[in-house]
Amino acid sequence: MTATAPPRRAPEAGPSSGKSAAGRRLRPRIVERLRQGGLPYLLLLPAVLAELLIHIVPMFFGILISFKNLTLFYIHHWNTAPWAGFDNYKAAVKIHQPIGQALLHSFWVTLSYTLLSVAFSWLLGVAAAILLQDKFRGRGLIRTIFLVPYALPAYAALITWTFMFQQDTGLVNHVLHDQLHVTSSKSFWLIGDNSFWAMVIVSVWKSWPFAFLALMAGLQNIPRELYEAAAMDGAGVWQQIRKITMPSLRPVNQVIVLVLFLWTFNDFNTPFVMFGQNPPHQADLISIHIYQSSFINWNFGSGSAMSVLLLLFLLVVTAVYLLVTSRGRSENDV
Amino acid sequence: MRSSSTSSRLLAATALVAALGLTLAACGGGSDDDSSGSSGSGKTADPNSLKGQTITYWASNQGTSLDADKTTLTAELNKFTASTGIKVKLEVIGWADLLNRILAAATSGQGPDVLNIGNTWSASLQATGALMPWDSAAFSTIGGKDRFAPAAIASAGAPGQDPAAVPLYSMAYGLYYNKKQFADAGIANPPTTWAELVADGKKLTKDGHYGIAVEGANGAENIHHIFVLAKQRGASWFDDKGAPTFTGPQQVAAVKQYVDFIAGDKIAAKGNAEYVQNQTITDFATGKAAMMMWQSAAPAIASHGMKPDQYGVVPVPTQTAGATGDAGVTSMVAGINIAVFKDTKHKDAAEAFVKFMTSTDEQKALNGKYGSIPPVIEAQSDPAFQTPDLKVLAGVLQKSAAPLPQVANESQFENLVGPAVKSLFAEAAAGKPVTDASVKAALTKAQQQMPAS
Repeated sequence: MTATAPPRRAPEAGPSSGKSAAGRRLRPRIVERLRQGGLPYLLLLPAVLAELLIHIVPMFFGILISFKNLTLFYIHHWNTAPWAGFDNYKAAVKIHQPIGQALLHSFWVTLSYTLLSVAFSWLLGVAAAILLQDKFRGRGLIRTIFLVPYALPAYAALITWTFMFQQDTGLVNHVLHDQLHVTSSKSFWLIGDNSFWAMVIVSVWKSWPFAFLALMAGLQNIPRELYEAAAMDGAGVWQQIRKITMPSLRPVNQVIVLVLFLWTFNDFNTPFVMFGQNPPHQADLISIHIYQSSFINWNFGSGSAMSVLLLLFLLVVTAVYLLVTSRGRSENDV
Repeated sequence: MRSSSTSSRLLAATALVAALGLTLAACGGGSDDDSSGSSGSGKTADPNSLKGQTITYWASNQGTSLDADKTTLTAELNKFTASTGIKVKLEVIGWADLLNRILAAATSGQGPDVLNIGNTWSASLQATGALMPWDSAAFSTIGGKDRFAPAAIASAGAPGQDPAAVPLYSMAYGLYYNKKQFADAGIANPPTTWAELVADGKKLTKDGHYGIAVEGANGAENIHHIFVLAKQRGASWFDDKGAPTFTGPQQVAAVKQYVDFIAGDKIAAKGNAEYVQNQTITDFATGKAAMMMWQSAAPAIASHGMKPDQYGVVPVPTQTAGATGDAGVTSMVAGINIAVFKDTKHKDAAEAFVKFMTSTDEQKALNGKYGSIPPVIEAQSDPAFQTPDLKVLAGVLQKSAAPLPQVANESQFENLVGPAVKSLFAEAAAGKPVTDASVKAALTKAQQQMPAS
């Protein structure tokens, strides 16, 4: 109603209006202005407040703490912790010193984990979305089943995976060793080198339905006529995918890859539920590494500095990614 | 246009100021106001003045579940309320969350009045300044320090300082052994030295059964055992100034001896390298392993159907038979302490509650239910604690137990060295050699990451 109401302003706002008349009309004028210009801001106010309280203010304090030597000795009166200047940052980036070395190791583990997880999640998502594009009996059921990992509570799903990866009694070794005889002995999945791969498998299982869901929606927007025309021109399935499907899905893919990258890089649930607060060296993701520094070693200054560095890295990656992909899109558009 | 823009800016500025105002109010915090304030330590407050107060108690998880603990504790807390008029708001917190909850409370100043802490955290939490120090005056309100076992008091804070907490439940490690499996293997007596334990373990390891089970991926458990093995060699993990000494030859030998149960001696199953949540007890109670080193395990063993007469408990072995002093240490002093939050607004009521929880009668009741040993000496003579296993563990606590290093960085020690031992177990399980050099490298790396205290 408000949006469609006709403007009403000229008579009241005229310079000839008397003082007392202006006073009488002050309240209606404010309401008027709110309706015309201020209302959107008023409606945004709760969101702005929430954003400030939930993100901006904690982030401010996080950055503040990163410049402080906040250890267990100052937890009770944390604002009295001495200034550390850039010491926490220096310790984090000195890659030949223990703290920097451990952080760098953690960074490489996280980057490998993220790239593998995103790549496999995207591939599975694309394959499933394309295969389920055409109508057939049971398609709805299969689509629903594919979305189960996305719908399950994260903790319950992850703890179930942990049971399945148990060396002695787990289902994974039962299938690989006892049933299929693929491995000569029962492998360890929750400790040692395999722990990294166990984590990637679980992450892909957890993430790919998101890619599938988004791509499935993207595929709905591609006109069927394009495929029919291409088929008439003699294009095979592979050519149709390469020349029609993938270019049409480009905007969707850009979002999927970016979102999956950010989610996976910051993933805390998967390693924490699978390995507890002390994951194997091979599965030492940066989120857990920062958690350990802050909440186990009680060195909140160091943990905050690492968090800020991580934030900067992700901001740079996101900016570069958006720049490159938008440029590519503009060129294509042209 | 100009006017509209000014209004918009005004709105935005108002939103910002309102948000900051709210945040500052949140930071400032508030508190309940049913307090009558605190009085000086050392004087027992007039019970009548405490009536109607409500205190909050964070209890650690001691029983089979949080709900079971709540049921157990509520029955006891009702007695306290009936006798003092002080109400207790109970919250049972799992071990995984407890430390973070305490840290959050310490940071905000908005914590419980009374709380449980693991006794190995005592010195670390003491260093935060969040817990009320128990000076002699405070101890006098609960009957004096002499009522408690000296080993339990020694694990309540850094040496030379007033304890940060009061012992509540005590435990000690013993060697649990399966009588039938020992008899079947022709072993007459349980081992008293490590050499005997390994020899017995080799006889018992056959047909999918193993000599001993260990909790290889449990960092805290690893720390408890390597502490004892280093102590038996006269070494500690920190020097007198609180600096870490992880890389000494005795410390290396201690870790290697423990990891060798899987790596060299092969008397523990490789799968033990990923045990982290009491699977050891399951293996022992189901006969998969013939021995285990555990603390007050009777209730957990019984829950798997193994009867008390099917197993025996003796002190953990030493390097040489009949060793005394540090060489004769067979256990860390394990247990739970009860502490008062320094920022409490109900100090007298909190002290009254600690007095109740550490009273002889209550100590008998609570430790009896949880299968632990009362740190209050007078309560230890109760028939409930005269079972064969508890008698052995109480003896260990009195004669051959030592507290973990009571230094501020103890929790970091657990966090860095515990996982290092876990990694060595993982290498052993993967068939990789575990040598003095690899152990020393792992411990060196852990030491380098220790923050300066």
